Amino acid sequence: MTDITAPSPPAAGDRYVLNPMYLFRWEPTQDAHVLLYPEGIVKLNQTAGDIIARCDGHRTVADLVGELQQRYPGDDERVTEGVYKFLEVFRAKGWIRRQA
Amino acid sequence: MPKDGSVVRLDGQGKPLWLVLELTYRCPLKCPWCSNPVDYARDGEAELSTAEWKRVMREGRELGALQLGFTGGEPLLRDDLEELVADASALGYYTNLITSGVGLTEERLAALKAAGLNQIQLSLQSSDRELTDTLVGARAFDLKLKVAHQIKAQGFPMVLNVPVFRHNIGQVADILALAEQIGVDYLEFANIQYYNWAMVNRDELLPTREQIAAAEREVQAARERLGDRMTIYFVIPDYYEGRPKACMNGWGSIHLTIAPDGAAMPCQEARIIQGLEFPTVRDNSLAWLWNESPTFEKFRGDAWMSPTCRSCDEKEKDFGGCRCQAFLMTGDAANTDPACSRSPHHHLIGEAIARAHAPGRKVQPLVMRNDGNSRRLAQGGQGGGGAGTGCGSGAARVEVDHV
Repeated sequence: MTDITAPSPPAAGDRYVLNPMYLFRWEPTQDAHVLLYPEGIVKLNQTAGDIIARCDGHRTVADLVGELQQRYPGDDERVTEGVYKFLEVFRAKGWIRRQA
Repeated sequence: MPKDGSVVRLDGQGKPLWLVLELTYRCPLKCPWCSNPVDYARDGEAELSTAEWKRVMREGRELGALQLGFTGGEPLLRDDLEELVADASALGYYTNLITSGVGLTEERLAALKAAGLNQIQLSLQSSDRELTDTLVGARAFDLKLKVAHQIKAQGFPMVLNVPVFRHNIGQVADILALAEQIGVDYLEFANIQYYNWAMVNRDELLPTREQIAAAEREVQAARERLGDRMTIYFVIPDYYEGRPKACMNGWGSIHLTIAPDGAAMPCQEARIIQGLEFPTVRDNSLAWLWNESPTFEKFRGDAWMSPTCRSCDEKEKDFGGCRCQAFLMTGDAANTDPACSRSPHHHLIGEAIARAHAPGRKVQPLVMRNDGNSRRLAQGGQGGGGAGTGCGSGAARVEVDHV
């Protein structure tokens, strides 16, 4: 189900899903989205939260880029780059998994 | 959009992000590296009641706590564990159960799942039945394996915690194979930290530098082989690092532990430090204990630091190391942690290693954690006590990221 072979960069048609080990939710005391996992906490900034909220196994990377471009209008190229970079970093950290 | 996914440390903004409840010091096992106080068996205050623990959890959440650990002793010895887990879930905590597995049944697992428990950390001491049972002083190996499979069958994320010391450090490869077979999500090899019972038994438990290096090579090979399937932590023993651990991300920074009698502590071991008072949640609000009590204020910031630490360019990184270790080895909790190579007391670490591995040293029997030994050690002046996770992993791994 998940990629355990050598990781490749995200592709437009890839779908990502939150690692089921992680709990993702809004935390009012931090005024931020957080990822909670066994004995760990990650506080996410707004864009990181925007991206992970959309890693639902249905949206493709292209869908995700489109939505983020609408949400952060003005510099589509930078948004695209940011999404691809974040997805790669998040996958490397184990927070999200690419669906086969 | 931010430029990249760089990670910086989150300081907690003064909030006790981690709340650890030591529900009881009672335990069916007798592990000789236990991080509970050596004098746990002395007459003391009764354990907090269900209602008192609930109040602690509510006040902790109000202070911004996110992670909640149920530990002991063996927390399953509390009949109200399921009730407390349900309450914690409703409050919005991520709930961790830290257990030996003794007392965990299909029924209790199902009840804990229904109560909203998020994850279970199970301890395992060896891949060998006989050695496990000898080390923990009970027939536990078969039960632990059975429970491990049941935990996975219930769909819990699972951390297998392996305290590492001289007797089991050669079994890393076998333990990895066992963990793989069980389907463990996180495997934590935690070189034990030398406080309390582990300190009593240090000469017998401390591995050699070569043993640690060999174990680490096995872990690295497994990481390459297993990829994303299992996350493997290897908690380095600070005795061999030359750098002190950033203990608890700093004293009174993000971590708050409540002992069975309600004493509030910045870490599970802090009662070791003589001269500090540990007021309880019975007499005080959690907000006062965290924000204002002199004990929590004592080692915040850098005013308390020795010149060695205050002038050090790494003080924001390791906060001077561990206050408890500084006290245990130098007699002054404000000293630089002797695990630091810049500490004027660093030679004490080298001497401890040399003593544990002196040629011709006579092997002593392990002093098991039990009531008789506890009373004997209490009379012998060992201790003031501390408190702990009961698995010897201490507080070495605390992860808080900010992206």
